[in-house]
Amino acid sequence: MANAKPAGFWKRNQLKIAPWVFLAPGGIMFLIYVLIPIVQSVWISFHDWDGLGDKVWIGVANYVELLDDDTFYTALKNNVLWLVLYLLAIPMGLAVALFLNQTVFGIRLYKSLFFFPFVISQVVVGLMFTWFYAPDFGLFSQFIKWLTGTEVAILADERFVTYGIIAAGLWPQTAYCMILYLTGLNNLNPEQIEAARMDNARGLRLLWHVILPQLAPATFIAMVVTVIGALRSFDLVSIMTAGGPYGSSQVLSYFMYEQALSEYGYRMGYGAAIAVVLFLIMMVFITLFILRMIMQERNR
Amino acid sequence: MKTFKALAGLALSAMLMGSVAFAGEIVINSDHSDPAPKKAMEELIADFQAKNPEITVKWNNFDHEGYKASIRNFLTADPPDVVAWYAGNRMAPFVEAGLFEDVSDVWAANGFDESLKSAAASMTMDGKKWGVPYTYYQWGIYYRADIFAEQGIAPPKNWAELLAACEKLKAAGVTPFAIGTKALWPTGGWFDYMDLRVNGYEFHMDLTAGQVPYTDPRVKAVFEKWAELVKPGYYLENHAAIDWQDAIPQMVQGKAAMYLMGNFAVATMKEGGLTEEQIGFMQFPEITAGVPMAEEAPTDTFHIPSGAKNKEDAKVFLAYLASPEAQAKMNATLGQLPVNNQAAKPSDKFLDAGFTMLSNAYALAQFYDRDADAEMAKAGMEGFQEFMVKPGEVDRILERLEKVRAKVHQ
Repeated sequence: MANAKPAGFWKRNQLKIAPWVFLAPGGIMFLIYVLIPIVQSVWISFHDWDGLGDKVWIGVANYVELLDDDTFYTALKNNVLWLVLYLLAIPMGLAVALFLNQTVFGIRLYKSLFFFPFVISQVVVGLMFTWFYAPDFGLFSQFIKWLTGTEVAILADERFVTYGIIAAGLWPQTAYCMILYLTGLNNLNPEQIEAARMDNARGLRLLWHVILPQLAPATFIAMVVTVIGALRSFDLVSIMTAGGPYGSSQVLSYFMYEQALSEYGYRMGYGAAIAVVLFLIMMVFITLFILRMIMQERNR
Repeated sequence: MKTFKALAGLALSAMLMGSVAFAGEIVINSDHSDPAPKKAMEELIADFQAKNPEITVKWNNFDHEGYKASIRNFLTADPPDVVAWYAGNRMAPFVEAGLFEDVSDVWAANGFDESLKSAAASMTMDGKKWGVPYTYYQWGIYYRADIFAEQGIAPPKNWAELLAACEKLKAAGVTPFAIGTKALWPTGGWFDYMDLRVNGYEFHMDLTAGQVPYTDPRVKAVFEKWAELVKPGYYLENHAAIDWQDAIPQMVQGKAAMYLMGNFAVATMKEGGLTEEQIGFMQFPEITAGVPMAEEAPTDTFHIPSGAKNKEDAKVFLAYLASPEAQAKMNATLGQLPVNNQAAKPSDKFLDAGFTMLSNAYALAQFYDRDADAEMAKAGMEGFQEFMVKPGEVDRILERLEKVRAKVHQ
């Protein structure tokens, strides 16, 4: 022992350093593509900037303007609508999953057919629903006409337009939740169900007290994906209405795009301010989700 | 933000490749990506090179949306020698930022002040010319001549006649006006014409330049007249749900009789199955008697960026572009009107009518979204769309527009 060389710096600290080295690539990516842009967005939101000329520091003026902007409130209201109604995808997905969770001939085909809407792009979904709702030749408006005698142009009516777009969004989102639940259903503990059946539990009570608790992880993921999906609802709004008629189907993410990047926009500061607000709203949910995950890990 | 940077990077790298300019080479950036404009540009460049063999032309063709997004970047980062853009207030941000070159000398040397007279005003800022126009097209009311004949209606010359015609059509179960406002801009055409006819060109220009509040009684008067068409339901129902092309079938099927549009609509109408005899063209009728008749004629232009490397040859190109021969040939391919009044007249029935109308026009407006500031234009056209759905809300809409105007033009 006496003539053993003193261990080098690397040898001595290997265990401490190694994790950081392995984390570095991911960490650097995260820094460059997530953290720095967030800081930049916040920074830009305090400026008046057209993306070309000089940035002019205007403090919180963008936020003050936002608070006085009718479109902002419309967008906010619609975002809440999206959040609440989009969650319907979860029970709907569960219902479809339960329905498909049986062994009959060709079930794989049915499953893939139900999953189909999630595979096609949101843009295509948007276009299909636009034609579905289109006055004169759309299937839906024809149906409404046959039913009530009057025609309703969903996407041109400020009362229905947001619901119309959300319905289009629910179609693929339901398929997504369905897949999550189908995998969850495969992992159910058959013994528990058997025991429950012996205790004479069936139907809804079996579902509520035995099956659903076991599906909690799937529900959690479905929740996260759906909430985030509702807040980023951009593609469908852009394709189906571009925020119209007269801004009544506006949501925050599209409003941000329109102000900062569209043909009539180039107000980078204002767009960034909207982005910051959207980020803060998302942060509330993300924090809740992360807290829950931490709690679960501690309880293990 | 990320998209913007990506676009900037893309545009930058594209420009870097094109920037190794030889003496006698000019780089042109434009968005002539549709078939007819692309062919017109190809012909123009070939003819120019045949005439000026010492100058080589390098042409970068963009799609429309990509062009609008990247022009701001390449003008600052690595400017080409010639760029395509639009007249009126649309070029104002670039002129004010010092990104466009003053080309008044090209105008003076070639006598363009005379031959391009109709577009001179919309190319002038601070008393200087900032580019050269090469094409425009007329706006006006395209109508079903056979339906008019059937109902015994003569093309209306004034507001009272127009209202009478509308009433007659409506009674016969034909919607007087086709329109699709989903993309918002078709509403701009209506507002422009109503304002040009009620208050005249000067007032309209002051308004779009942001010098008159939208709550002004004269603006209110425009909407009162407009309401005479909106309230009785003289426009296609559900117009907010459809694009302008989607309204054409209504006209083809004889369910609608008139369409206030640019001349490009004729091609779509013919594709839909209407014959040339079924389509008529008329000037937007007079509203306030004695107001001189100004027309809507969006003009497309070419400019020299102030950072161009080969301004000498770029000016040769602009001079050629504005010559009567070049404009006649180019516009024959485009199916539009040459700006140069020495150019050969087009043979097409509608272009001919448009040519006569524009040549006698008191003045030319570009279009609401080209004359007004971009942010104002967006809010304005949204307001017009809302008005066309809920005419009773006019006061609230105008107050909202005034709020935007006050913010944009501080």
